[in-house]
Amino acid sequence: MIWLDTLIQGVLLGGLYALFALGLSLAFGVMRLVNIAHGDLIVLASFGGVALVLATGWSAYAAFLVVVPAMAALGYVLQRSVLNRTLGGDVLPPLLVTFGLSIIVQNGLLELFSADPRALGAEGLETASIRIGGGIAVGWLPLTVFATAALLTLGLELLFGRTRLGRAFRATSDDLVTAELMGIGHRHVYAVATALSLAIVAVAGIFLAMRTTVAPSDGPGYLLYAFETVIIGGMGSFRGTFGGGVILGVAQAVGFRLDPGWGILVGHLVCLAVLLVRPQGLFPRTRD
Amino acid sequence: MSTLLATSGLTASYGDFQALFGIDLSVEAGEVVAIIGANGAGKSTFLKAVCGLLPVAPRQVVLDGEAVGGLPAHRIAARGVAMVPEGRRLFPSLTVEENLLVGAHLGRPGPFAIDRVLDLFPPLAEKRRAFPRTLSGGEQQMAAIARALMANPRLLICDELSLGLAPVIVRSLYAILAEVAREGLSAIIVEQDVSLAQTMSSTLYCFQEGRVSLHGPSSSLTRAQISRAYFGV
Repeated sequence: MIWLDTLIQGVLLGGLYALFALGLSLAFGVMRLVNIAHGDLIVLASFGGVALVLATGWSAYAAFLVVVPAMAALGYVLQRSVLNRTLGGDVLPPLLVTFGLSIIVQNGLLELFSADPRALGAEGLETASIRIGGGIAVGWLPLTVFATAALLTLGLELLFGRTRLGRAFRATSDDLVTAELMGIGHRHVYAVATALSLAIVAVAGIFLAMRTTVAPSDGPGYLLYAFETVIIGGMGSFRGTFGGGVILGVAQAVGFRLDPGWGILVGHLVCLAVLLVRPQGLFPRTRD
Repeated sequence: MSTLLATSGLTASYGDFQALFGIDLSVEAGEVVAIIGANGAGKSTFLKAVCGLLPVAPRQVVLDGEAVGGLPAHRIAARGVAMVPEGRRLFPSLTVEENLLVGAHLGRPGPFAIDRVLDLFPPLAEKRRAFPRTLSGGEQQMAAIARALMANPRLLICDELSLGLAPVIVRSLYAILAEVAREGLSAIIVEQDVSLAQTMSSTLYCFQEGRVSLHGPSSSLTRAQISRAYFGV
């Protein structure tokens, strides 16, 4: 029974990791952009929520209405003004520029908020749970996070598979020059992709701060989980990213159950094992 | 007739290498213009410059009275210029139908919608859910033409449609294009097959080493004139 509990908690934790990774997967899929600042942007969104609650006294849920659009706008501007200039040639400039961005975000947050960990109160959702029998309880917050991740995964698949914007994303990813000839302005399309990516990052960041405490220097750790999720799941499919998150979550939960010091390590080991055995990921895109 | 596209003194370079040395070319509304020339004569460079893929001065490319030279390619596409690129360049991860829909990305109004282009190219109708790499070369070229038509262009540009295709397929593709052109679509075609270029077009341009070496009404140019302009002998 204890292992069933571990499995359930791991799957639910995987929902959070999927939220971390969906934005990364999207940016890589559309633009081949590897965003080193991804984890720091998650933390930035957490602190955005904290600052909003401190300044206005509103509920933490208001952060979804304010921080998500704000991060999307930041994403659009960031891509249009900075990141677009780094793409199209060598792989190094986007890595260096987003690495720089990561340092700026970390130090900016440190300056503004100090090194103290912060959290968002979720009005009881963080401690509420449902008993599902056999002595196992499932927390409402992890369940909400998992459901959100599943819905966003489905939403992104529909967006990419069924809509004009999704076709523009895929066409640009396939062949930028030909997409331009079809009237698709890739600078705008890239900026929309980053806006979408950072909107998902904002959702992840707010849920993260509801679940645990967040400090300005935590970003690189979350970037690592996001990377591992994408590596396990395989590039180019959101379903795969979601599956990768679940596997990473379960691996960490099993590790923690074996020994409280092993959780993160087991996650890394599973990622390395996937890289060794199936470097293309467990769920690579089916149609291509 | 009004002039749809006019280039004047069009020059273009790849870095230090100058590929076009002042091309003057015009396409009247409803006219099909053919460009012929040996490899490296500058035909593809000319098309790239017109489509916005190479930096050129604004007045060097005038579309319907508006200086469009050097605008980004998607802005020129928005003004009704559609390209069938050399080598087809279909989007490999999109189905045939999705490729066609991307052609209609800008939503320009006009006679061509998905049903109409599938009527023009019946083999595509059967393969609308297939991926481009599973299509034959001729079918891929049909998809590329259909995709460009989906944009409801004012000017259709076809770069080397016949490349790598059997003559019988090339003739059927051009027969469909001729049918479309009769409805008043303007087009520029770049073609290796000189006699095909001559029969398809009303005006013929021959390029040689980045310059226009001959131009005139397609029907009145003689074989001798053309081969002199083509080879420069």
